Order: sequence, then structure tokens, then C-alpha cells
Amino acid sequence: MTLEATSEIEQRGGVWRFPADQPLRLDSGGRIEGLEIAWASYGRLNADRSNAVLICHALTLDQHVAATHPVTGKPGWWTRLVGPGKPLDPARHFILCANVVGGCQGSTGPGSVNPATGRPWGLTFPVITIADMVRAQAMLVEAMGVETLLAVVGGSMGGMQVLQWAASYPERIFSAVCVAGAARHSAQNIAFHEVGRQAIMADPDWRGGDYALHGTRPEKGLAVARMAAHITYLSEMALQRKFGRELQRDGLSWGFDADFQVESYLRHQGASFVDRFDANSYLYITRAMDYFDLAAAHGGVLAEAFSGARDIRFCILSFTSDWLYPTPESRHIVRALNAAGARASFVEIESDKGHDAFLLDEPVMDAALAGFLDSVCTARGLK
Amino acid sequence: MTGVREDFREILRLVRPGARVLDVGCGGGELLELLAREKQVDGRGVEISPQGVSACLARGLAVMQGDADRDLDQFPTGAFDYAVLSQTLQATRNPRQVLGELLRIADRAVVSFPNFGHWRVRWSLLRRGRMPETRSLPEPWWSTPNIHLCTLADFNALVADLDVRIEACAALSEGRPARPMDPNSTLENWRAEAALFLLARRSTDPVEPEGVPRDLFGG
Repeated sequence: MTLEATSEIEQRGGVWRFPADQPLRLDSGGRIEGLEIAWASYGRLNADRSNAVLICHALTLDQHVAATHPVTGKPGWWTRLVGPGKPLDPARHFILCANVVGGCQGSTGPGSVNPATGRPWGLTFPVITIADMVRAQAMLVEAMGVETLLAVVGGSMGGMQVLQWAASYPERIFSAVCVAGAARHSAQNIAFHEVGRQAIMADPDWRGGDYALHGTRPEKGLAVARMAAHITYLSEMALQRKFGRELQRDGLSWGFDADFQVESYLRHQGASFVDRFDANSYLYITRAMDYFDLAAAHGGVLAEAFSGARDIRFCILSFTSDWLYPTPESRHIVRALNAAGARASFVEIESDKGHDAFLLDEPVMDAALAGFLDSVCTARGLK
Repeated sequence: MTGVREDFREILRLVRPGARVLDVGCGGGELLELLAREKQVDGRGVEISPQGVSACLARGLAVMQGDADRDLDQFPTGAFDYAVLSQTLQATRNPRQVLGELLRIADRAVVSFPNFGHWRVRWSLLRRGRMPETRSLPEPWWSTPNIHLCTLADFNALVADLDVRIEACAALSEGRPARPMDPNSTLENWRAEAALFLLARRSTDPVEPEGVPRDLFGG
């Protein structure tokens, strides 16, 4: 047994199947019957059920937060935060993460079989929203016997879900952590997503979304979508530092091979992404993010969305070099929380790593989250 | 309460129990923690350094990273009973606007600043003919964060101009208990090393909570 193996975290997990009489009601007016939600958890729920923490994942991530990913074999995506001795510790907390509805790691999504037709949903899958994702999570949390979550924690799209939790179920959460998030998608956010979707739909193998029936996969389109999106997760400085104008081989090819290291890197990002992600899921989840505007349902006043969230402790974090969800978006959230009289804390962390900083080595973020989550445990009377 | 800064003791005495308090430039949250423990205040903080905010988070305080000059507009009008600005006014870009913001956000402002009229400052300038460097203003002119220094008399003039009521005033000097003083006294403008004011908007009714003497300094 290797050292890695002994430090491997114990993960429980599975797929929760909701009975047909418990459909997921959607913002679009539709419903999903026979909903399945894939989940993973670490640690155990304590006797008074007060130590449950829900982690909300970002666009292309999934429920494998802290254990080795079954498809990629890579470590969990937030081992900085979750693990023995970490701010969220299985010895202390019951940590739960669920694949979002619309996703492709076991939860009901466009790649699932529609029970009514016996065929994959494809584009007949209903358009979902961030609020729908959160509604499904709330059903799962309730089914697991958790009345109040100690904390809901998420970055990027996960942060949007955290804000939605505070708006939809304020009485069911004690604290909320939103890292590198936003309360709405900007024109620029929508624009980049549209480029990704068009790349997928332009791939002949996409087949109008019915690629599963045709035995094809729009890998080229999905890879290009990932390449474009990946640039938005980094900063100019991070790209420059990592690659500069470095070449792959000696000299130029005088053609269109990947001469530059940055090209090769992006191609690799695209190619490895298609192994673990479904193209239609990418369409549906990016759409959900584009539709997200938390204030819209409250007369355009974000503070109104948080009117029930006065007693929740919020921790909002942003990064200086994040141009996808830049600091003004977080400040916009904080201003609304202040107007609603909520207990809001906010830190802008100095980093040149861009949006992806929330997944990377940022000691100031670690310290802020550790301090915040520890104080939340104390306030809740957890040891 | 040993080891508590004298200006913090004064603020502690000034603030009504259970009040909503915003501490602007709250550092690691020492004052907010003290106020929560001793006066059960519902506190919030603003702090410029991420390290300070992190320290506050670990104490369970609600603090946002921000700057007195730029970020006070994040708070709604009348959200607090008190806004505290301790030894920071002289380091802001626009002290007049900051004071106005404090009294928009809160009914009352507790403001302290080093008095540039103190005899040590005057003597230092007179004797050396150079920008004063004293124990309360130790940095040379080219590196000091204190870009808007003022005397007690200067501050009085600004307060008069802002249509603000002075509810209490105290002289502070390092290591000694705060001492109530007449802000208009010429002598105090020589004597006080630093000054602490409790200001209220004119439109705010004077407080007379039960069991607290009208002179909030107990003098």
C-alpha cells in the first residue's frame, strides 16, 4: 500500500432515485419525473444533524470533491478545502456534493434515458436553471434527513447556487460561502458561452443533439468550446508566465501545427475534456448559467432576493485577476447583502491566476475559509 | 480588561448596549470583538488588508474588505447606530466626504485623529524647520500615510461646516486614560496629543438612554 493510498479519503456515494410522485418542478414550467441525483459524501451526519455541509460544483466539475475521480483518475477538485485536517474535515463534518441536474456524472441530464420514450433525452430535455439545480439539491438534502445545512459552499457556478440557496431556502442554511461567483451572468459571460455552444452545434457529429442515437460524439466541437472557455478561466499574466512565446519544438513549423506551447496546452485541455464531459450537458448547463439573474425574480432588486437571509453568515471571496466573474460582481452581491441587513463578509484576494484561482494554491483564501468555517462551527456549537 | 487600548475603552463607554456598530478600519477585529463581548453590539467591519479581514473571519466577525474613501457607499443609509473611524481620518483622500458618509450610514460617528496642534508637533516644526516627526506621527513626510493632518481647531471648523453636533469630546494620549475636554479650548489644541469625538447628525435626537448620564464620559 502506498502513502497516497493510506491518505485516500473515505467517500460514500451513489445515485438517489426519487419516486415518480416526487418530480422535480422546473422554472420553465416543466417537470422531471423519476429524477436521479448522483452524490458523494465524506464524514458522518452527527446525532443532532447539525454538521452537514453542501458543496456546489462548478460548470464542468462534479460530485467527486475530495476523492480520486473514477474517470480521470485525478485527485478530487477541492482537496484544499475538504479532507483530514482541512477546513471541512470528515472527522467533524458531513460533507455532501451532488452532480447538478443536467450534468453527466450520474444525475438526470440530456444524456439520460427519457423513461417516457425509452430513448436518450437529447434536446428534448427541458431547459434547466440554477434554481432548478438548487431545488434538486434541496430534495436530496431533505431525503437524507438534513433539515438545516451548517454551510453551503461553492465557487463559480457553485457560488451562484449558493446565492440561490440563500434566496430560495434561507431558513435551511446557517452560513453561505460564495467564491468567485456572481448574482447574474454578464453580456461577456453569455457571449463566451455562446461561442462554446456554437462550436458544439457546428460539429457535424452533434447531429442536432441526437449523437447518442447515431453512435457519434461531437468531440471536435466540445473540445473547441473547452479551449475557448479555458482561456477565460486564466489570466493574461498566468498564460504569459506559464507559456510566454515558448515553442513546442525547435523552430517554427511554417504551418498550423501546435507550434506554441500555449496551443499545445489548449489542445490537450480540449482533448482530455471530451473524455469526461457530455456535449449536450455543456449546452444545458451553460444555458442555465446564462439565464441566471437572481435579482430578476425580485423586481430587479438583488437585496430583495436576500430579504429572508438576514440571519445567514455570508463569506464572499473574489480574486483580483478574475475577469470572468470580476470583483465588482462580488461587491454587487455584498452591497445587496448589506442592504438586506445580512451578516456579510467579503475579501478580494490578490492573485494573478485568474478565475481558476479558487481551485489553486491561494493561502489567503485557505486562511479566510478556514477562519470563517471554524467560526461558523463555534457559533453552531460544534466541536 | 487589562491591556485594552485607551481609545477602545472610551469607545466602549460611548456605545449603547446592543447597538449596531460599523468599525471602519477594523484591523484584526479587536474593537469589534470587545464591543460584542462587553456591549453585545451587532458589529460589522471594513478593513483594507486581506490579512486583517481573515483575522476577523476567524473571530466570527462580519467584515468586508474595503477602503474608507471608496467603499462606504456599499452600506445603506441609516444602517447603523454608530460608525467608528479610529485614527484613520487623516489617512483618507477626502476626509470631509468620509465624515459625511459615516453620518449617512450611522446616526452617530466616533472619530479619533492625531492633533497636529499638539505642542510637540509645533515645537518640532519650529525647532527643526522640517515636517514634524513625533511619537504619534513617526514617519517622514514622503512615506507617511497621513496625508490630511489637522489640528483640533481645524476639525472643529469642519464639523461646524458639516452641520454636525458634537455630543462628546475627549483628549487621548498614549498609555493614559482618556480625558474629557472642551473641543473649542485653545489650550487643549496645544495639550491634546489626539482627540476623540462623538458626532451626531443634527437631525438625530440626542440620546438619553436609561441609566446613562447625559455626559457620556461620566464627567
